[in-house]
Amino acid sequence: MDRLLFGDNQFFGVNHMSEDKARAQAIKFQEQEAIVQVLDSAYAEGINTFMCTTHEQMIGICDHFRAHPEKYADFKFFPCMPYAHKYANAVTEKGMLGAARDMLPNQSIVNSVLKAGSSMVRKDIDHVAGLLVDAEMKMFNGLSTPVVFLQNIVVDLLLGLGVNEAFKIFADYVKANYNAQPGFITMNLPRLATALDEVGVDSPVICANFNKIGFRMCGSIDEYRAHVEKYNIHFIAMSVFASGALAPKEALEWIAKERWVESVVFGASTPSNIRNSKETLLNADAQFA
Amino acid sequence: MYRVGIVGLGKMGISHFALANAHPDAEVVAVCDTTRYLLDVVEKYASVTTYNNPEDMFAKAQLDAVIISTPTRFHATLVKQAIDAGVHVFCEKPFVLTSSEGNALTEAAADAALVTQVGYHYKFVASFAEVKRLLDLQAIGPVSHYLAEAYGGVVLKPQGSTWRSKREQGGGCLYDYAAHPIDLAIWLLGEPASVSGSTLNSVFSRDVDDEVYSTLNYANGTTGHLATNWSDESQRKMSTKISIWGANGHVVADRQELKLFLGKNADVPEGYNRGWNMRYTTDLTPPVWFYLRGEEYSAQMDYFFASITAQRLDGLNHFAQALKTDRVIECIVNNAEQQTVTQVGDAPVIAAPSPAPGFIQRFIQLFQKRTN
Repeated sequence: MDRLLFGDNQFFGVNHMSEDKARAQAIKFQEQEAIVQVLDSAYAEGINTFMCTTHEQMIGICDHFRAHPEKYADFKFFPCMPYAHKYANAVTEKGMLGAARDMLPNQSIVNSVLKAGSSMVRKDIDHVAGLLVDAEMKMFNGLSTPVVFLQNIVVDLLLGLGVNEAFKIFADYVKANYNAQPGFITMNLPRLATALDEVGVDSPVICANFNKIGFRMCGSIDEYRAHVEKYNIHFIAMSVFASGALAPKEALEWIAKERWVESVVFGASTPSNIRNSKETLLNADAQFA
Repeated sequence: MYRVGIVGLGKMGISHFALANAHPDAEVVAVCDTTRYLLDVVEKYASVTTYNNPEDMFAKAQLDAVIISTPTRFHATLVKQAIDAGVHVFCEKPFVLTSSEGNALTEAAADAALVTQVGYHYKFVASFAEVKRLLDLQAIGPVSHYLAEAYGGVVLKPQGSTWRSKREQGGGCLYDYAAHPIDLAIWLLGEPASVSGSTLNSVFSRDVDDEVYSTLNYANGTTGHLATNWSDESQRKMSTKISIWGANGHVVADRQELKLFLGKNADVPEGYNRGWNMRYTTDLTPPVWFYLRGEEYSAQMDYFFASITAQRLDGLNHFAQALKTDRVIECIVNNAEQQTVTQVGDAPVIAAPSPAPGFIQRFIQLFQKRTN
């Protein structure tokens, strides 16, 4: 994985600090062209990986990258699935099964279960899980996706429920069908690291908040360090600026000292912010190497 | 370890399941739902016993606590069963559909010395809790008016097939969305004496309201406006906001941030300045032991188990408190059905104050000049 990965929250109206800022960003990035311009700026700075939610708006972005293979020769996507609001709204509107039916490209399984009133068996569940992954991955067809992530809302839900086997199902499926490393986003890294080890997902890629004030990190900074090392995790730090609570220089210099952090994912909306973040981290890296 | 049962595996039920199960003092041991294939999946992958009727669960599962997250119309029956079984109750919002049922259940739970809590999670959002603290300090002086709002894009087309599209089952924007800002307003500013000008409008739904607007009137002259719409496509997710005007200041809070203006006569609380102040939920929020979808959901679950440990019967969102919200909801339904309106054409002509002599003549002359 590259040292710096480019994130997408700024494009899709997500700001954990302020609704107003989120709205302003959503307005700025309503047009796909505006997103592509920022991605081009990142690419020009040598940031070749876009870690992105499987948001509907990504369909057009993917089309753009597919249409210009020569321009983006070594550009990579790290898809993060699913885009949870889509499912949550569908569940509110149609109930659990109605939502599953809507989201699946092939409805035969859900329909047959409903029609027969039969119970779902293990192979059905594996199959449905696979279909859901396929539905989310469709937009990336033909693009490079070396790591495929499960979003924190799903990871942490399964983790809380204790349905740890699902992690193994996901991991095996993306390895076998997309030749990709399975990735997991979480707010509860120590607990997840233990759970993945228990079900035999070895050396996983985990992306979690990591910042000096411990914002949205369940478990202490020391526990994060200890678990990443113990379980040989490929760790991506996110929310390194703690949603704006930390100054970029202070935040990135702190991260650079944590040499076990493999990658840092960050979002930015302007070429100058992208350049500043990159230079700050790489300079700090050189200092602490 | 508290043995916990869950009734109703919808969106909220599954989320509560995960949080309760991840809690160091609790273990989910039983799950009850009517959907067989959902139970199959749960039984296969999460180590719990499943039931398809709640009587069985209460009889066999030896529960300490239950989480009720079914459609609202089932709450009353299930809460009654839980109380009879001597089980502490966490019930999703709104509490029940009629205040007479609510009264009886509140009394029964109190008599049985059981901990009760209703899922009004916004009280556990740090920015709203800070508004409560500021109001208790009288930071903005006597309150004259507030606006309590909630918007989201839940119902964006005509058909809908779940209980949320049926009024008699507790569906509609009033029960689903408006309950939250009403509850917040009651917590922050007390119970209103009356409601007026209530409107329950449909935007897309055939059988339920998609928008709710109402005025809440207080004995001391304070008024509050309620504005909610769950057919607002512009919202990425539910957005709840309260704006409060006092004689000495103004405060606006949503889930993310708090903006406080303190005027020249305000008693400035420690840490704040006269003029505009900004506080972010990210700074105000204490860390939680397990994060799923917002600190407030974790915090409310933690609070429930802490209440059981402390035998706290009158904690945040206990039945008697949630019942106040049910009562206002009932009044809004009633008011929307019965209200008298003043037709614009029929409005009584308000007598103008008599002008000074010569004024009318001057006015007419001026008017004629303009129109010529």
